[in-house]
Amino acid sequence: MAHSHDISKHVRTYIAIFVALLVGTVVTVGLYYVHFNSVAVTIAVALVIASLKSYLVAGFFMHLNSEKKTIYAIMAVTVFFFFALMGLFIWSFLDIPTPKGL
Amino acid sequence: MDIPYTSKPRPDTGLYNAKVGIWLFLASEVMLFGALFSSYILLRIGADKWPSGLLNIPIGTFNTAVLITSSVTVVMAWASLKMNNFPKFKLYMGITILCALAFLGIKSIEYKDKFTHYQVWLKDGTTQTGHIEGNPYFLNHNKLDARKLDHIMFRSDGGHVVAAAEHGGNAKGGHAAAVKIERKDIQRLSAYVPAHSTYFAIYFTLTALHALHVVGGSLVLAFFWGPGSKMWKTDPERFTNRIEVGGLFWHFVDLVWIFLFPVLYLL
Amino acid sequence: MQATSHATHHDHAHADPHHEELGFWRKYIFSTDHKIIGFQYLLTALVFLMIGFGLIALMRWQLAYPGRAIPIGGALLERVLGPDMVGKEAVTGKIGVIMPDLYNSFGAMHGTIMVFLAIVPLAFGAFGNFVTPLQIGAPDMTFPRLNMASYWAYYLGGVVMLISFFIPGGAAKSGWTSYSPLATVVDAQYDINGQTLWLVGMVLLITSSLLGAVNFITTIIQLRAKGMTWMRMPFFVWAQFVTAFLLLLAFPPLEAAGIMQLMDNVFDTSFFLPTGLVVSGKPLDISGGGSPLLWQHLFWFLGHPEVYVLILPAMGIVAEVIANNTRRPLWGYKTLVYSVITIGFLSFIVWAHHMYLTGMGTKISTFFQTTTMMISIPSVFILSCLFISLWGGSIRFNTPMLFALAFLPMFGIGGLTGLPLGFNASDIYLHDTYYVIGHFHYVVAPGTIFGLFAGIYYWFPKATGRFMNEFLGKIHFVFSLIFMNAVFMPMFVQGMAGMSRRMYDGGATYSLEKAPEVIGALNETVMRYNISITHAAIGLGLAQIPFIINFFWSMFAGKRVTSDNPWQATTLEWCTPTPPPHGNFLKEPAAYRGPYEYSVPGAATDFTPQFQAEKP
Repeated sequence: MAHSHDISKHVRTYIAIFVALLVGTVVTVGLYYVHFNSVAVTIAVALVIASLKSYLVAGFFMHLNSEKKTIYAIMAVTVFFFFALMGLFIWSFLDIPTPKGL
Repeated sequence: MDIPYTSKPRPDTGLYNAKVGIWLFLASEVMLFGALFSSYILLRIGADKWPSGLLNIPIGTFNTAVLITSSVTVVMAWASLKMNNFPKFKLYMGITILCALAFLGIKSIEYKDKFTHYQVWLKDGTTQTGHIEGNPYFLNHNKLDARKLDHIMFRSDGGHVVAAAEHGGNAKGGHAAAVKIERKDIQRLSAYVPAHSTYFAIYFTLTALHALHVVGGSLVLAFFWGPGSKMWKTDPERFTNRIEVGGLFWHFVDLVWIFLFPVLYLL
Repeated sequence: MQATSHATHHDHAHADPHHEELGFWRKYIFSTDHKIIGFQYLLTALVFLMIGFGLIALMRWQLAYPGRAIPIGGALLERVLGPDMVGKEAVTGKIGVIMPDLYNSFGAMHGTIMVFLAIVPLAFGAFGNFVTPLQIGAPDMTFPRLNMASYWAYYLGGVVMLISFFIPGGAAKSGWTSYSPLATVVDAQYDINGQTLWLVGMVLLITSSLLGAVNFITTIIQLRAKGMTWMRMPFFVWAQFVTAFLLLLAFPPLEAAGIMQLMDNVFDTSFFLPTGLVVSGKPLDISGGGSPLLWQHLFWFLGHPEVYVLILPAMGIVAEVIANNTRRPLWGYKTLVYSVITIGFLSFIVWAHHMYLTGMGTKISTFFQTTTMMISIPSVFILSCLFISLWGGSIRFNTPMLFALAFLPMFGIGGLTGLPLGFNASDIYLHDTYYVIGHFHYVVAPGTIFGLFAGIYYWFPKATGRFMNEFLGKIHFVFSLIFMNAVFMPMFVQGMAGMSRRMYDGGATYSLEKAPEVIGALNETVMRYNISITHAAIGLGLAQIPFIINFFWSMFAGKRVTSDNPWQATTLEWCTPTPPPHGNFLKEPAAYRGPYEYSVPGAATDFTPQFQAEKP
């Protein structure tokens, strides 16, 4: 097809991403055996790595880096409500008054 | 009139119909898993203690690699079609489906291990984890009563002796010796099943829902690999679009797992 | 204006090279044509509307005459549902008393059926399916087979819900909101109980709505005709577009919650069951550690957008009917569009005003109170625009217009009575009283249902080629309007007097007559309303008989339309043949102007349709 040259360039990117994802997985698991002092740091590190990996999958494998405006609009709305859901849930649970202010 | 833009993109949006459709579907999936992840967070905030280290990390890591591999092969399958290389498409798509089956196979072994792994809460306030002689599935204290069993033969994980049991069981190679625990000493008995704790409840709900997505996705991909691939001869452009759309769903399934793995196994 | 007779477009249909004769089953039952699917939704949902009404009629009897047997059909009901559900009168021994369990089942299922099986399928499934593709000039929905799957998932969900009445223990009985832990512990002695089937039914209905939503949004984005830009879309299409997004993004969290409650009920997990839960004096044999509040959050995350799913399509219909019958452009089309989008956004972040009584913190309560007040602003914009549209029009008072006009004050009452419920302080008093019932029924019953009736009368000629009878229509309208108000207006008074919404005997236990020592006991007048409401409800039921007769009689013997555009309307659905064939349009349609060009100065007629090309 017309873009076959472009595509073969893409293929090299895909392989690179594949390697990066595997490395990310190994790093995540490796860090599990390194004990951080704080639980917050442990969670943050794991989630940052997972977010990076998911960016690689969404951005390159799912071509989200070069998508059309309509798709961006749909996903922007979704991401907004996703965070509204999660954020308001957590806020409302943390805001429950307890007798001793626990 | 026929329905337009089934394979050619609509000029002003630059998209063909199915691509809009799949992204909308993925949007709803984001909210579905978003709600479950939110529930996970809230259950964990509300828990007195949250168990960790109960899952098999090497197996989980391997399964993650399997799923990542399938994700790259499915995009390679699409790229092969773009480059007009149908045999290579067949190869890559075949690998994708095999990876999906491998993932499901490994997952079911993991499940089976959990279903025969027990925790027993004793009335003296201590608790033990381990296996029951004969590796029964899904036993619990109510079923002990229903089957009129007055004791279990329990092989503890740690290998240390259970205080309540005087009579030692027969030792078997490599494992701790099984000890007898009387029903009257048992407060609660549960395998690592959803009813065990909210941790296992959310673990099984999330992973089973994810596994259902794997099953659904691999059925669709298998159709494109098998009988559905005839379309390549009649309408190659539309067929390539189908592979792209199927691939998008498959990547999303991979993406969910990328979060599930650390959240359930490691944190 | 081409007036297509039946014979000519029949020929056209045959001339179409893609046309193929389908058998009865493919054409009417497993059809992929959006118009047939719309009709399937319409008929199924109307049946469920009647079932839902039947349930409440029986409940109202019990509220008006506690412990008395229902006047007709008591023995039959007992035969079907069993003596646990339908009892005998204490004195006379007459069979037909609604027992408490059955009352609870009816209450839960009335809400479920009305919301998920009647109104949403009518507003979204029926009207959305039939009208949206026609109005944007599309040949069909983008994914016709998905559309069919969506209808059949809905149908199956409905069947599962109905079956649940006949299993041991009866249907779900924890209210339409199915709050945990009640929903898990009630009927726990049965392996498969009404609540389990409710959850299975809901998963099917949610699947149906999700498939529908994907289909609608894709259709509106991809299949608009040439020239049909976003700001030329009829307001009805905008309303459907926003509705589809609400369904798409708000339903999945309820699906997640449904799956988790199913796990609680079937696999004994504790997602929504707290540690140390005691039922009937015995600690429950569970792991504990769950949160009942989690269910409420997930439920209302859907529950509140769902309110707008119910009302927005009706607003869309009313806007179309008003523009057509005032012969004037809608006042403030852009305001309407931006308002409906704003409502869509805000509706996702107001949900916890249903939960003020759960002991939420003050900060989060204030947040939800603020967003709740904010969402009333675009709602008022829409209502104001529609009111102002009437100004100076020479209004045609036909049946669709009467229903549309009645929608405005009825929805207004429903909306305004909601404000005290949105405020934290006043809600604590009014929560779970009949005031709440009155409020949301004003929104949905004389509000949405009147909008839907307007739509049925308005698009009936396009769908069938015949008008509905105006005389019967007006009888239907007048009596419906009177009885609707006679049913729901007294509920505000009852609620403010403190009558709780879920009492089996209609509050008799706490009446002055039976419990004079209770502070704030319900007085005689308030109690007597129970009887008057019940009578009005029966009247409301009878008022629908002219409609049912009119609907079926007109389908076969109504006055034939003489033109494809009998209402002299401007939107694209009126340029199709009547009724539209498979594929809708004979030639590719195009929109040359905005949707509401009525009474344009200098134009030949008082309407300039979107499909009329510019003069050369």
